Amino acid sequence: MVDVRLQSPLFQTTGELDAQEGSYINHLKATHTEQFPDPVVQVPEDLERNLMVTTIDALINWGRRSAVWPVSFGLACCAFEMMASAMSRFDIARFGMEAFRATPRQADLMIVAGTVTWKMAPAIERIYAQMAEPKWVISMGACATCGGPYYDTYSVVPGVNRIVPVDVYVPGCPPRPDALLYGVMQLHEKIRKYSLAHKRAGD
Amino acid sequence: MLEDYYRLYGFVLMLSVVAVIVPTSMILASWLFQRLRVRPSKPDPVKEQIYECGMETIGGRWVQFNFRYYLYALLFLLFDVTAVFIYPWAVRLRELGPYALLELMAFVGILTLGWAYAWRKGALEWRS
Repeated sequence: MVDVRLQSPLFQTTGELDAQEGSYINHLKATHTEQFPDPVVQVPEDLERNLMVTTIDALINWGRRSAVWPVSFGLACCAFEMMASAMSRFDIARFGMEAFRATPRQADLMIVAGTVTWKMAPAIERIYAQMAEPKWVISMGACATCGGPYYDTYSVVPGVNRIVPVDVYVPGCPPRPDALLYGVMQLHEKIRKYSLAHKRAGD
Repeated sequence: MLEDYYRLYGFVLMLSVVAVIVPTSMILASWLFQRLRVRPSKPDPVKEQIYECGMETIGGRWVQFNFRYYLYALLFLLFDVTAVFIYPWAVRLRELGPYALLELMAFVGILTLGWAYAWRKGALEWRS
């Protein structure tokens, strides 16, 4: 099948787009039956670490995790908890994350907040592809993680990790903002483990 | 006096130098980090496409707006400028006295003439 994502110009009329969209969603449903493996960063114990590399690693990782800008990506009710975590009471700005970007070009983190339908799946795939490297994904809530209450329905993706690899899963229905912040802190812990010598971010 | 004048331009020059150096060094640092494989570089055909909220785009990048919006922009400017002048005038009307009233009458009169001219010429009609 022709990869519709690569035509240029993509479409001239909305009718062409509608005709292609359904077939691409069916293609996604047919091919994305397995989950992406979780991109785990494992630090080997017997590291040949010298002081120079570890210091630079610490500096780079500090810079990366201190300004993880999320792309605004609210899909369902979890998005309200995400918004609440951005407001003053929970204040995600403490993690250098208050800038929810409206374009994936400026974002490092995609918080998939809510139910992912197959109709939305191509958009998620596309936005993830267009994000700048290195990029991370937080799956927020039961629906995004495994389909939640809609696990067996025809329209809902059973876990967003079939579309994009997920770094941190935040359980809950919906998770409270504190849970999301805990997930963010776990992501920071993960970013802290990258190393130029062993596992580079974005590889 | 004149030296002060040149010194002000000196500040502009300093600002310009900073404005050139900072972005250039950022781009250079980014390029250097890519060379050192600190920054990942993964070009992708999908990544390089137009961003449109995750949807596939319709048409190309170069979209032409209808030329007739130009007339609307001009007329909007006309009334906008009128409002900008009338507000501070209305606040200070008592102090400014009757002379200011006449001045504003003349101003609004000229604008009204222009507006009447635009109306007469059919600028307010959206003809296909």
